[in-house]
Amino acid sequence: MSVSFLISQAKNIQIVIDENAAEIEALDQNIGDGDHIFNVQRGLKLVVELENDIKNLPLQKGLNMIAMKVLSGIGGSSGALFGTFFMSMAKTPDLDKNIDFNKACEMVITGINAMKERGKADVGEKTMMDVLIPVSEKLNELKSSNANMKEGLSEIIKIAEDRMLSTKDMLATKGRASFLGERAKGHIDPGARSSQLIIDTICKSLINK
Amino acid sequence: MKKFINNVDDFLKESLNGFGKAHNDIIKVNFEPNFISRKTKTKEGKVSLISGGGSGHEPMHGGFVGHGMLDAACPGFVFSAPTPDQMQAAAEHVDSGAGVLFIVKNYSGDIMNFQMGAEMYSGKNDSIITNDDVAVEDSTFTTGRRGVAATVLVEKIVGSLAENGGSLEECKKLGEKVNKNSGTMGVAFTSCTVPAAGKPTFDIGNDEMEFGVGIHGEPGRKREKIQPSKIIVNNMLEAIIDDLKPQKNEKTLLFVNGMGGTPLTELYLVYDNACEILKSKGIEITRSLVGNYCTSLEMQGASITLLKCDEKILKNWDAPVHTAAMRWGM
Repeated sequence: MSVSFLISQAKNIQIVIDENAAEIEALDQNIGDGDHIFNVQRGLKLVVELENDIKNLPLQKGLNMIAMKVLSGIGGSSGALFGTFFMSMAKTPDLDKNIDFNKACEMVITGINAMKERGKADVGEKTMMDVLIPVSEKLNELKSSNANMKEGLSEIIKIAEDRMLSTKDMLATKGRASFLGERAKGHIDPGARSSQLIIDTICKSLINK
Repeated sequence: MKKFINNVDDFLKESLNGFGKAHNDIIKVNFEPNFISRKTKTKEGKVSLISGGGSGHEPMHGGFVGHGMLDAACPGFVFSAPTPDQMQAAAEHVDSGAGVLFIVKNYSGDIMNFQMGAEMYSGKNDSIITNDDVAVEDSTFTTGRRGVAATVLVEKIVGSLAENGGSLEECKKLGEKVNKNSGTMGVAFTSCTVPAAGKPTFDIGNDEMEFGVGIHGEPGRKREKIQPSKIIVNNMLEAIIDDLKPQKNEKTLLFVNGMGGTPLTELYLVYDNACEILKSKGIEITRSLVGNYCTSLEMQGASITLLKCDEKILKNWDAPVHTAAMRWGM
């Protein structure tokens, strides 16, 4: 993993999110207030625009600059959560050495744990954490085994999709949707959908490499 | 979408620019990071009050910066929480050494960003969270109730205490009491349109209303057919009274707040209906506030807030205030 890897992933994600923007916006308008997609799009644009400033930086510095950009440029829950994600990834030890698959897993796990802490949300609360926590758990499993990386990534794609779909029938207990009670049922959580698309995009690009 | 707008990306900047120019006798708008502060420096020993939240609720919060109310306000994008660097910069700008009290409405995004801002700020600080919306059930299993129009009352009353030398602890305590003594219920007739979205947040029929709507157009308790004002107001007050349980002859402040698209003529009609109903229930109204204070862009609708008042609350409510949106006694 390197800064240029992160930027190229951001560009891939940007395309996928733009393609699915109308769907995510509609999900948010059903159970939230409709700002999620704009926040995600704004964040991706800001990260992609950072390319020239950070492409030659060491990973830790690059991650910190992405974190500050995301934190100060997005707003809403997404800004705080994704900012926390990058800031914590940057704190993973030994980032100056070669980043292999295990190290990359460790970074993502650290980042997701910090998001969980910041949002005080767990699995089953109809948020993006319903997708991210199981993905993090699977990464932890892959990291300590010698499993085939591509097979592992395919499993992660499946987990993310299943968990995203599982938010449909949940009652929300965190975020704006929690104010709706029973009325939130029957709608997929927009944060879970955008997170699943991000994971799907990254995993597919790694599998096809 | 019909709005006064040039370019979606410049919407907030141009609006803040105008606000700064129109009220340059009392406030100053700082850009990157965005915050509105008083024109004068915080006097030594005075606790600083900072609030903020997504834009689109004007005059909340920028319109409440000034003598007797807030020291700074941090506006986010329309309906999106502001970012931690805004709160940090605002705190560094206004704190005179007596500490900062952050006033935060209960939404996940606001809570997280204010928390991070507070962690990044090295000075003494504390926070209060407003959650006056009785439309939403409160339980330990949910984020809890939404913070809505009573935030205005909290900012006014705590602002007065801070102006008169209240300590950080005293300000926090009074703020929490005002919040706890308040209940709000909102109703919407139409949706609002977030500029970046370009289309209404929700669909609603010509003869329908959303009972218990949130200030971002979030759905409320139920969708109903529109009814005569007296019935709507009665249902709103019943929801509040159920929750607040005011004693007979208890003194209250009655606050009728417009959502942005309902004329004052109607808000006063609502006030009249509310007075009659409260009178019949033996609840005494000793103070009033009617107008557009905590809005949802161009949404048609109104909220009613009832605040149970003691002498301390009344004294601080009556104290002089001079902000863009609220001014009396000076």
